[in-house]
Amino acid sequence: MFKLNPYGDTGLRVQFGETISKETNEKIRSFCMYLEKENIPGVIEWIPTYTTVTIVYDPYYILYDMLKTRIESIQHQLSDIELPRAKVVHIPVLYGGEKGPDLNHVAYVNGMDESEVIRIHTGIDYLIYMMGFIPGFPYLGGMSDKINAPRLANPRAKIPAGSVGIAGKQTGIYPLNSPGGWQIIGQTPIKLYDPNREKPILLQAGNYIRFFSITKSEIAAIEREVEAGSYLPPIEKYTE
Amino acid sequence: MGKLFEVIKPGLATAVQDLGRIGYQQYGVVVSGAMDNYALQIANLLVGNDRDKAGLEVVIMGPELLVLNDTVIAICGADLSAELDGEPVSVWKSFTAKKGQRLTFGQPKVGSYAYIAAAGGINTPLVMGSRSTYIKAELGGFEGRYLQKDDRLEAGQAGKPLKQLSGRGLTESAVPDYSLQRKIRVVLGPDLRSFPDNVVEKFCASQFKMTAQSDRMGYRLEGPKLTHKEGADILSDAILPGTIQVPANGQPIILLADRQTTGGYTRIATVISVDLPYVVQKLSGSILQFEAVSVEAAQRLYVERETLLRKLTIRAGV
Repeated sequence: MFKLNPYGDTGLRVQFGETISKETNEKIRSFCMYLEKENIPGVIEWIPTYTTVTIVYDPYYILYDMLKTRIESIQHQLSDIELPRAKVVHIPVLYGGEKGPDLNHVAYVNGMDESEVIRIHTGIDYLIYMMGFIPGFPYLGGMSDKINAPRLANPRAKIPAGSVGIAGKQTGIYPLNSPGGWQIIGQTPIKLYDPNREKPILLQAGNYIRFFSITKSEIAAIEREVEAGSYLPPIEKYTE
Repeated sequence: MGKLFEVIKPGLATAVQDLGRIGYQQYGVVVSGAMDNYALQIANLLVGNDRDKAGLEVVIMGPELLVLNDTVIAICGADLSAELDGEPVSVWKSFTAKKGQRLTFGQPKVGSYAYIAAAGGINTPLVMGSRSTYIKAELGGFEGRYLQKDDRLEAGQAGKPLKQLSGRGLTESAVPDYSLQRKIRVVLGPDLRSFPDNVVEKFCASQFKMTAQSDRMGYRLEGPKLTHKEGADILSDAILPGTIQVPANGQPIILLADRQTTGGYTRIATVISVDLPYVVQKLSGSILQFEAVSVEAAQRLYVERETLLRKLTIRAGV
């Protein structure tokens, strides 16, 4: 799939698929590498997501039809671009209780107990498909359908930084205090975004993360290390 | 370079803004920047600055500022009854402010967001290429926050001698009339397929009220419920300035300067660039009505406005 549509008067949306898949993600990463290299006059930046890339451009330099023609012409060169090897970042999470007020609900709608939700949630490596929504937020793919839960109909006004949530078939972590409609199942003491750190954004699209369950006393210890700036999450090479 | 203002009273939510943090949306970094970027650009041009210099964004209740060094100022956007030492100053005109004078604001007359530009621009550290304040992430601007009492702001180097900058105005026809009751133009999509045809018609034919739950992130509207074919949730996808999301409750939200880079609710339309200032300048309780236009029409208007801004840039000698 390679479908082009206008988005407002400054956006061109390129759709690469209908559903989340590694294959679509690789096409998107290749397409973004192409945009980086090509430096098309009038293209300001682009926002890659699960199945699309929205190109933000300045119509003073290039109008929709001209940009569309230009993008259409590169569709078949995308498979020639090589992508780098992936890493797995391990993220500690305190599940349930005050830190994860919706764990109970997620367990209930899926007909299981809380510990089963945790077992499934920590059981796999999640591919970071995209970063977005707010600084440092990873959109993760690969969550089991068994712990699927709908978004809240009325988003919460404030969700604390570090909250781990589920929305439909997606799972994610909030890097900042933020409003949002995800079901919150736990919290990590790790900072995904820290403007005072050398690299403000911890994660990167194309890598993986794995959650592991920690206790209240463990979270306190990690929090102290995070405050001191000495905590490093375990990282290993990704193997299929 | 040098001291410019001391904050005597901070106002409701006064912050440093430029045209936004551009180029980092792929890492999830919010663009922020001036809500009414036309007003900020004009304010800059009137004081001899490049269009993308930082100014102060003032919301409804303005600050009280003590001028620390002679400068030239322009206030554009909302008319919030600005005065210099008690004498009214016009919006969309540059004027000289001398050391020791006080810039104050009174009752809001028209609009909600005003921009104070000073010769040389407001000088704060660049964060990811921008001076814009993004409050939620404590990013950019003056220490990542709204201004507080006793803050001292600095100006950059003025482009020209101050004498040449004072008393500049904008031709009447280029001054937007925010009080005008007219339809807000939108480009429909990209999630039109999520809505039954009659709901899209209803969106274009109905009146919506701006609610008090509106801020720099977005304006929440209230009106007839816009129902979905199947559901309101989509795979999280890009959001642009002026994108109108419709969550499950059927009440649209217009996303603005502090919008998230991506979101998971269906998008029925996006406000065209030249009409965004007219949305931004509305107050809660205002009525909005939408009208669909083609991308080509929207881009013609965009190019027209950009051409005007470039002409003004040349005329301003920037």
